[in-house]
Amino acid sequence: MVAADSEGSKDPGVRQADLGLLVHWCVLPFRVLLVLTSHRGIQMFESDGSIMVYWHALDSGDASPVQAVFARGIAASGHFICVGTWSGRVLVFDIPAKGPNIVLSEELAGHQTPITDIATERAQGQDCVADMVTADDSGLLCVWRSGPEFKLLTRIPGFGVPCPSVQLWQGTVAAGYGNGQVRLYEASTGTLHVQINAHARAICALDLAPEVGKLLSAAEDTFVHIWKLSRSPESVSIEAAPLL
Amino acid sequence: MSVRTLPLLFLNLGGEMLYILDQRLRAQNVPGDKARKVLNDIVSTMFNRKFMEELFKPQELYSKKALRTVYDRLAHASIIRLNQASMDKLYDLMTVAFKYQVLMCPRPKDVLLVTFNHLDAIKGLIRDSPAILNQVDETFQQLTEVYGGLSAGEFQLIRQTLLIFFQDLHIRVSIFLKDRVQNSNGRFVLPVSGPVPWGTEVPGLIRMFNSKGEEVKTVEFKHGGNYVAAPKEGSFELYGDRVLKLGTNMYSVNRPVETHMSGASKNLASQTQESIAPNPLAKEELNFLARLLGGMETKKPSDPEAGFRLNLFATEEEEEQAALTRPEELSYEVINIQATQDQQRSEELARIMGEFEITDAPRQSASKGDDLLAMMDEL
Repeated sequence: MVAADSEGSKDPGVRQADLGLLVHWCVLPFRVLLVLTSHRGIQMFESDGSIMVYWHALDSGDASPVQAVFARGIAASGHFICVGTWSGRVLVFDIPAKGPNIVLSEELAGHQTPITDIATERAQGQDCVADMVTADDSGLLCVWRSGPEFKLLTRIPGFGVPCPSVQLWQGTVAAGYGNGQVRLYEASTGTLHVQINAHARAICALDLAPEVGKLLSAAEDTFVHIWKLSRSPESVSIEAAPLL
Repeated sequence: MSVRTLPLLFLNLGGEMLYILDQRLRAQNVPGDKARKVLNDIVSTMFNRKFMEELFKPQELYSKKALRTVYDRLAHASIIRLNQASMDKLYDLMTVAFKYQVLMCPRPKDVLLVTFNHLDAIKGLIRDSPAILNQVDETFQQLTEVYGGLSAGEFQLIRQTLLIFFQDLHIRVSIFLKDRVQNSNGRFVLPVSGPVPWGTEVPGLIRMFNSKGEEVKTVEFKHGGNYVAAPKEGSFELYGDRVLKLGTNMYSVNRPVETHMSGASKNLASQTQESIAPNPLAKEELNFLARLLGGMETKKPSDPEAGFRLNLFATEEEEEQAALTRPEELSYEVINIQATQDQQRSEELARIMGEFEITDAPRQSASKGDDLLAMMDEL
């Protein structure tokens, strides 16, 4: 278990809070890396936290003085680690089986507003090629296929509210929005299949139990809900039923 | 962190301060003309154009300590005098109230409506002074320019920046305790009923669509809360129905303004370990204060006798008692900057601070900044 501390200095009167400070275990085929993001950059550690194997400083070159600069959204896809940034760019790092020889292999352009979250899953077979989805502050979702070069498959437009959290399950994108809605889309086409008026305030996080198809949503309205997702094999429709 | 947060923080806290001072002036039966002068002086200092210019520059939030110094100066821009215990209590009330308002905002953008509520009420307090009213209206325009076009995501960042600033603040306020919006441990009660935010649907419905986009099934579920639809959106115009009540004046003559000190431990002997390492932000904080306070035009009271003491407590004994029993971890360690009342550039301000009495022990310092820091520690 890892906990992230936001206090930068020891003085209780001064709080150098680091917004966008995220910690994520990235499980890759041959190793596990611990990835941290902050407003300065991206750090990658060996899984026991003992050695920092890589440091990437964020480039704030294009930022105007009023723009907050940070990295947010971390996910592993195959032997890649993807990290979102304030500009909307998604950085793709190629991770070797061992050692520190990590390389920034691509910068994905698809978003114009800060990335909020990234979700990945192992490709489900030749029908389901989508294995990564990225979300941003405008609510836009981009669906990708990973590879030596990542390919943008679908764009699912937002509707004026941020999408703070996104998950991917068996070719279904589950997105939680700032207006309390959870929406499920077909990843390959972007078609909306389910819309849940789930919460009365912004959704903070979604989590997924992939083996049983259960989705959890937590929001600022103090409620946590669990949903049962199912795909019907014949007509490719997605259903959700409330469990809690 | 959002660098656009300071104006919202300052204006809302300032609004709360004015509500409390207004209540105390009436509770202490201060004559109408004196009370009006106090409020006019504070409002005109707050909304002074040069000061607003500094405030609206993109910048990080500084510590509660630094901000408290600005309000100390602001309160004393009028003829009232507040001693340490009353100023502490005033600042506690201001910060708890605004924290509550930010937390309760249905949408992140509603913090702007809260700010407008404060401005509307401020205009009511200084009704008779068209010049000051104009200053407030100009600030309104500036707020609309800066915040009117921000996205929901940017407001979410501002909200998070504000909540981080108020993190771990759990001072109990008797009005909140009585109204049951705050628990006895200082945590706020989050309601699960009432209107949903504008733009949110009432929870409880699942809609399912086929690949052609046709709705094929709906399922209702019990959400657990008791929400209703939002009646209408608050107005962001210069004049209008804000709909939201957060940020309006919750004090009246009869409602007391007590706080309860809820320190983490009742044992005053337990001290938090003081850090020996110098605070890296301290120099920046001093510069920030110098800039803001330098822009504050304060008037010399024409008649020194006209100044009078305002007490935030019911009696003087209570005030003394509060000063003695304030828990260590809640002390603000106020930075006393005795700048003159004319406009000062920051170098001049630093020079003046350098003219304070120094202690016997000689000090080697590498720069003027270190000098200032050392002097602050000795105050």
